[in-house]
Amino acid sequence: MYSALHAVTYAKSTGVFDLTFLLVLFPAASAAVLLLGGRRTDRWGHLLGCAAPLASFVIGVIEFFALISRDGGQSRQLDQHLWTWVPVAGFHANVNVLLDPLSITFVLLITGVGSLIHIYSVGYMEHDPDRRRFFGELNLFVAAMLLLVLADNYLLLYVGWEGVGLASYLLIGFWSHKPSAAVAAKKAFLVNRVGDVGLSIAIMLMFATFGTFSFSGVFTAVHGPGVRSGTMLAIGLMLLLGACGKSAQAPLQSWLLDAMEGPTPVSALIHAATMVTAGVYLVARSGAIYDVSPHARLAVEIVGAVTLTMGAIIGCAHDDIKKVLAASTMSQIGYMMLAVGLGPGVYAIGIMHLLTHGFFKANMFLGAGSVMHGNNDEVNMRRYGGLRKLMPVTFVTFGFGYLAIIGIIPFSGFFSKDKIIESALDKGGATGDLFGAVAIAGAGLTAFYMTRLMIMTFFGVKRWPRDVHPHESPKIMLIPMAILAAGSLLAGYLLVLGGSLQHFLTPSVGSSIEQGAHTISPWVLSVITLAVVLGGVAAAWWLVGRKPVPAEPPTHVTLATKAARRSLLGDDINESIFMHPGAYLTRALVFFDNRGVDGMVNGLAALVGGSSARLRRTQTGFVRSYALSMLAGALAIAVSLLLVRVG
Amino acid sequence: MSDFHSPSIAYAALSPILIPGIAATVGVLVDAFVPRAIRWQTQTAVALLGLIGALIAVSVLAGTHTITADTAVAVDGPALFIQGTIAILGIGSILLVSDRSPGLDGGAFVAQAATAPGSQEEREGAASGHAQTEVFPLMMFAITGMMLFPASNDLLLLFVALEVLSLPLYLMCGLARRRRLLSQEAAVKYFLLGAFSSAFFLYGLALLYGYANTVSLAGIQAATVSSGHNDNLLFLGLGLLAVGLLFKVGAAPFQSWIPDVYQGAPTPITAFMAAATKVAAFGALLRVFYVSFGGLGWEWRPIAWAIAILTMVVGSLFAITQTDVKRMLAYSSVAHAGFILIGIIALNKSGLSGSLFYLLTYGLTTIGAFGTLSLIRDPDGEATHLSRWAGLGRRSPVVGSVFALFLLALAGIPLTSGFTGKFAVFSAGVSGGATPLVIVGVVTSAAAAFFYVRVIVMMFFAEPVADGPVVATPGGGTAGAIAIAVAATVLLGIVPQPVLDLANRAVPFYH
Repeated sequence: MYSALHAVTYAKSTGVFDLTFLLVLFPAASAAVLLLGGRRTDRWGHLLGCAAPLASFVIGVIEFFALISRDGGQSRQLDQHLWTWVPVAGFHANVNVLLDPLSITFVLLITGVGSLIHIYSVGYMEHDPDRRRFFGELNLFVAAMLLLVLADNYLLLYVGWEGVGLASYLLIGFWSHKPSAAVAAKKAFLVNRVGDVGLSIAIMLMFATFGTFSFSGVFTAVHGPGVRSGTMLAIGLMLLLGACGKSAQAPLQSWLLDAMEGPTPVSALIHAATMVTAGVYLVARSGAIYDVSPHARLAVEIVGAVTLTMGAIIGCAHDDIKKVLAASTMSQIGYMMLAVGLGPGVYAIGIMHLLTHGFFKANMFLGAGSVMHGNNDEVNMRRYGGLRKLMPVTFVTFGFGYLAIIGIIPFSGFFSKDKIIESALDKGGATGDLFGAVAIAGAGLTAFYMTRLMIMTFFGVKRWPRDVHPHESPKIMLIPMAILAAGSLLAGYLLVLGGSLQHFLTPSVGSSIEQGAHTISPWVLSVITLAVVLGGVAAAWWLVGRKPVPAEPPTHVTLATKAARRSLLGDDINESIFMHPGAYLTRALVFFDNRGVDGMVNGLAALVGGSSARLRRTQTGFVRSYALSMLAGALAIAVSLLLVRVG
Repeated sequence: MSDFHSPSIAYAALSPILIPGIAATVGVLVDAFVPRAIRWQTQTAVALLGLIGALIAVSVLAGTHTITADTAVAVDGPALFIQGTIAILGIGSILLVSDRSPGLDGGAFVAQAATAPGSQEEREGAASGHAQTEVFPLMMFAITGMMLFPASNDLLLLFVALEVLSLPLYLMCGLARRRRLLSQEAAVKYFLLGAFSSAFFLYGLALLYGYANTVSLAGIQAATVSSGHNDNLLFLGLGLLAVGLLFKVGAAPFQSWIPDVYQGAPTPITAFMAAATKVAAFGALLRVFYVSFGGLGWEWRPIAWAIAILTMVVGSLFAITQTDVKRMLAYSSVAHAGFILIGIIALNKSGLSGSLFYLLTYGLTTIGAFGTLSLIRDPDGEATHLSRWAGLGRRSPVVGSVFALFLLALAGIPLTSGFTGKFAVFSAGVSGGATPLVIVGVVTSAAAAFFYVRVIVMMFFAEPVADGPVVATPGGGTAGAIAIAVAATVLLGIVPQPVLDLANRAVPFYH
């Protein structure tokens, strides 16, 4: 039986796995207390805010070890049924949480890195009067993200998905007194809405096609007879649209750079542990759908390859340290998308890069926050220079992240990025070669812009104004950075050694491809990649490091640089393609709405209101007229009952 | 001549009815003998004990199916569910009644109800700061009647229960501390029209007795399936009996008393009437129509359709132009009666269980809504005019949000109990072949959403009025009742399943 062979079933949770719901409950409850409790919770709000994700992390670790101690015979996919929300024939909106290797991986990343970011924020937001609200919203963010990765069906996933969108809106616009922050928050929200529409259409298509939106139901049904490939392609593309919105992939990438307006810990959280990883998660989780639709996979690969190049190019031109890091996130998520797009066997590698990236990107964002903290919140790298002596700890931890992202052996990025390049080339054919080449070129560009960032920030002569006195950050900020730096160095081994992560994830995303059939030997490829990376570093030194950095960006530059400075015209494209026609369409619709629809609605409302006012006069207040109406009603009932019987 | 046998009575099965009755009697003694200083507290305790006792009795009896007191009382799933609902709503109402905190000007009740409005005696009574405590035993007597009403298995007992629950209500309507004239007018109006409707009920009862030669519901049902009876008597009797019951639930065209009486009565009593009375009356209506006349569905359904549509339309339409929040809630209760009628018309198991669930959710939300309304005050009592509510939510976000929650539940917005209830009744209606009726229900719900949302918009988006009403700090009673209502409204919207299961297990009627 073909379909029986592919049946996806989850075991019922027992014992320690019945605690899964607590993972979401802790941060959600804490968010509720902090956001509803108001000023009363100001004094201890940040402590509760840190305790909640830590508690979830502890449960996550316990469940992780319980999960890996289950041997081959026992299922590692455990479903916990919480309750059913209004069951109706044929429509079961279950509130279930699914603990499996994929979700526990994300849980550990979200709560682990998330907790470190929370602790760091205690120091970073110390002087902000709204620190408690900040922690409440951070908790909300974490809770929504955990719900997203723990849901066992697409509808509940969508709830978490929207929660993440809401929390990111609140946090990006946290300093809403700054107009730029308010605009950035709105932009992130609107761009995300476009993606959300895609996801919701995908869910509706699933329900229309398969009559269910539970993971097990959908993943079993895709192999059933009579499933049209066109439908699967449509579902795959709509899921991809959703993933593009949350993960800031082309063409929905433009919100990510503006989102830097939020406090820096938020950027770290968005970029490393939550939000942007949601798209990668969605594609990896929906592997069963992409497995049967090669065209949808190709679309994912193209999006990944395009975005990784775009992000790298944008990263080369910006002077704002956070924007460079944001562009690098785009680019790195592009790598992950490329990997999960490569399909069966490569999902685990995409997730591996996601994990290593989670460490080194959080590390660098917290480092950037530390630099800003010491420089009066200055973000322009042209005002830094020579900070390595004044901020040694930040420099070293940031350096670990730097070496990891450009993929220097033995830092974590080397292992995961190399594997993606390898898998792209292994795909074979023209597209495989093309994607492999793009990935290698991207590695070179990454090396270039990250080296540029390091040189402008930590090396060279000091360029900060007289009234700024750079200083190292407090311990509560440095300790999380140090832990993350250690992770940037070590995560690679732990995940790669013996293919441990790939084996672990097999129940969720399918087994990895056997090593062996390589187009190019992995060793040769590693050498080539490292050579390209070193070339990028050298180029950066040649162009930036040799000479003093001008205080103002040079104006006589090539067209390409100008475009890169404007984030490859992402906003201009959005404006000309979507905004202006959209504005015209809106104006036309408003006109039609005012004249046509409103006319009708207002007319209807006037009719209803008018008849209501007229009928009201029957409510005279006189008992005699009330009694008369009752009598009339009673007569009408009696007479019509008799008439019905006769007729 | 001695062929009269005293019927055997299962007192245990009747305990949900008897316990509030005993509490009411004790309340009369308390009023007579307990010193004034602790009378109010004693009365509150006695009433609450009686209701909690009744609730415990209901839960102990759960699953019982029995007919006792000859064939006069049926203790079965629906009866117990309704009785439990009434006990819970009664607790909420008693909590509202018991609140005499200074924020509420010492409670909603007058010192002496018999004084003429504007007279010297009335001014003296108001100045004394006292409030009478007869309201507790009166309310407990009404609750006793309400407990009996849905369990009555013959028409005579049904009539007795109707009067037992109605007479105290007439009195309680006239007990408002403020706006005495309006309150007394409401009491008289309610009494006259109530008596009028009772007359219809009695006439219908007599005709049905003439038809079936029995007043037991099962006997009438047996008569309708055998031939040889005069059908004219049956249908005339059915129609007139229905008038009496429809009057109590407030279905159009017998709804005209509702806005006047709801507005004039003291707000805790309004809450009690809108919630508990409606639940009890629907309980009786459900029993009569499911047990006795279920087989005649083809004959009475067209008329019931017309009444349901008229009720929904009148309730929603009239509410739109109301400028008084209390009157608006009154009309909304009319519209809700129309929605529940769909569950009766469905004439199937899910219709019955859906109606039971709807009654519980609606009753709790209504108690909460009226309780919250009593907090918005002007120097001369409650500020119920909508224009006075402008910007209220901004000044008192908690009270504004709580009232908004109740309004959203009444409008049937998802994630509130109102949605779940509407969903249950409407889906039962569709499966019972009443799809057009459900469509009318959905359309009028949409129209009704307008006036609920208008209040929310007024509270949160309008500029606050200068010298606007103050939001009183509620005493423990009102706060407790509102808290129960909020918890139920949210929980039954998010996790309705356990209670839905309970309602599903409660059906069908045993006869």
